[in-house]
Amino acid sequence: MAERILEVENLTVDIPVGGGMLHAVQGISFHVDKGETLCIVGESGCGKSLTSLAVMDLLPKKAIRGANKLELGGEDILNAGERRMSDIRGNTMGMIFQEPMTSLNPAYTIGNQMEEALKRHRKVSTREARDRAIYLLEKVGITAAESRLSQYPHQLSGGLRQRVMIAMTLMCGPNLIIADEPTTALDVTIQAQILLLLAELQREFEMGLILITHDLGVVARIADRVAVMYAGQVVEQGTADQVFNRPTHPYTQGLLDCIPIPGKTERNKPLGSIPGIVPSLVGPFHACHFAERCQYAFDDCVKGDIDMRPAVEDGHEYRCLLDPETCRANAQKRGVA
Amino acid sequence: MSETVISAKDVTRTFMISAGAFKGKKPLHAVNGVSLEVERGEVLALVGESGCGKTTFAKMLLGLLPPTQGTIEFGGKPVADVERLTLAKMVQPIFQDPYSSLNPRKSIGSIITLPLKVQNDPNPATWRRRAEEMMELVGLPPRLFENFPNQLSGGQRQRVAIARALINRPEVVICDEPTSALDVSVQSQILNLLQDLRKELNLTYIVISHNLAVVEHIATRVAVMYLGRIVEQKDTESLFDNPEHPYTKALLESVLTPDPSLDVPDTHLGAAYPNPVDPPSGCTFNPRCARVMDHCSVIEPKKIPSGKGFVQCHLYDENEGRGRAAS
Repeated sequence: MAERILEVENLTVDIPVGGGMLHAVQGISFHVDKGETLCIVGESGCGKSLTSLAVMDLLPKKAIRGANKLELGGEDILNAGERRMSDIRGNTMGMIFQEPMTSLNPAYTIGNQMEEALKRHRKVSTREARDRAIYLLEKVGITAAESRLSQYPHQLSGGLRQRVMIAMTLMCGPNLIIADEPTTALDVTIQAQILLLLAELQREFEMGLILITHDLGVVARIADRVAVMYAGQVVEQGTADQVFNRPTHPYTQGLLDCIPIPGKTERNKPLGSIPGIVPSLVGPFHACHFAERCQYAFDDCVKGDIDMRPAVEDGHEYRCLLDPETCRANAQKRGVA
Repeated sequence: MSETVISAKDVTRTFMISAGAFKGKKPLHAVNGVSLEVERGEVLALVGESGCGKTTFAKMLLGLLPPTQGTIEFGGKPVADVERLTLAKMVQPIFQDPYSSLNPRKSIGSIITLPLKVQNDPNPATWRRRAEEMMELVGLPPRLFENFPNQLSGGQRQRVAIARALINRPEVVICDEPTSALDVSVQSQILNLLQDLRKELNLTYIVISHNLAVVEHIATRVAVMYLGRIVEQKDTESLFDNPEHPYTKALLESVLTPDPSLDVPDTHLGAAYPNPVDPPSGCTFNPRCARVMDHCSVIEPKKIPSGKGFVQCHLYDENEGRGRAAS
């Protein structure tokens, strides 16, 4: 069995708001093994970013985090203090955010920021830190790495900045990288390059990678396992092959029906769509979160919480009252399986 | 023979960019000699990476920026001679981000009726009724008339933007990344709506997008831009089924279809988009091109007719490309 890097069990995030308590993340469980890529996919407001912030303990101050288990490489980080967490962040757990311009400090040079990342966690000389920075900049495909060290973030293009961010994340050789929409701000051509780079580096350094995105195309190409989130819950989880080729939850099926797929969707024909909007997560909510927008919903869907249940294959789970055979038939009818 | 609505001839827009405190200004050709014609009822898509000039070109079509050189004609009349109000009646934009394109202090009703007011529409009594009809047409419940943008979801806001653009029944709608700020499930609703409206109101669209899957789905013709030039222009089918320009090929390869059996593609494009102030000589794409030849950095490629469009690349030039490459 592969080495487990991160184990999360029943993670919740509640945020007090004017009208009551916003249950942004409602009992999420997942794990990441060594060398594995887990993609968390969902639309805006589904809680995917808060999930990643909760794992890193970087939630906004007023948010309340709860979990049965939160372990990083066997160490309990649920009850770790702030000092221990800042030792972990950037060291064993690296982060890449969406917009590299806002996560790099404009007032310091690239070299300065990269060296600091290493010096904060290891007893190394500036010289050693500098050498590692150059090595990693070359690794992420930046030419003239040495001269880049004296440049400032604004002198680099978006794609280059994201490469610098990735190199900086690798400075301490983390076991786990959490990337929150790392390519959303980039052009399609650059996006492909950055994803290719991430996949290569992950294989080489055998890291666990959690990639958070809304782009199903990205997920399909890079994920080993996929967790589809909707309104604070994971509604379907499985391998990329299972989720994309045999989507079981009506929401996953709806999502796949919504996007034009070159070579599959007929040009100029109307796309599928999911009617309605995401429900409010303020206050208690005991029903299927997707029931209101689901074309297969029936009375029992709104009578209580829906639990995850196994689909046909191993490791494939979904949160719906319909049995796997019915779901499969629905998927085929919609042309998404 | 269908009717030409817009024709751009050799349009160039140059910005003077300061190169430093004591240096002279340098020209940046954001749009460099673009010629194209748009026919009524067509959906023309402009695609390309950021900084390739697609938005600058759209601004010129809207009359927000005058071209430095060349002419843009609307129904045979040069845009420069058309009164601003008349032009606004013919062409309307829909922008990317419905969160910033709607005035947060105006109600939905006044946002949608503003174009009528601006145009001095003679029947103020009918404004509300017409706005509500338009709201219904774009799938907004008319009860939202008195609401404010912050009470609406992203998809609803984009519908308001569409209603505002269509209230004066323009002929051409310029959609600048109409769905990139929206979620997938909402994106498909808006795309379906745009398609329905086009048929119903006989509209012509110019769609600017970097999402090629969306472009393939809705466009009838596609122009691929690179560094201010159109490098390949064709009807959608032949462009997607048989891309010719190496840049188009690379763009199409970088579209990530949701197929888990495929890996992340390697487009072989170098990392750097060239500095537009100092573009490469010859074919501007040559430093990043996978099939570059010796003379690509020296001679500017000509437009080679191909299908119903053209491709601007030495590979397809019998005299310049293959001949020399073989020798």
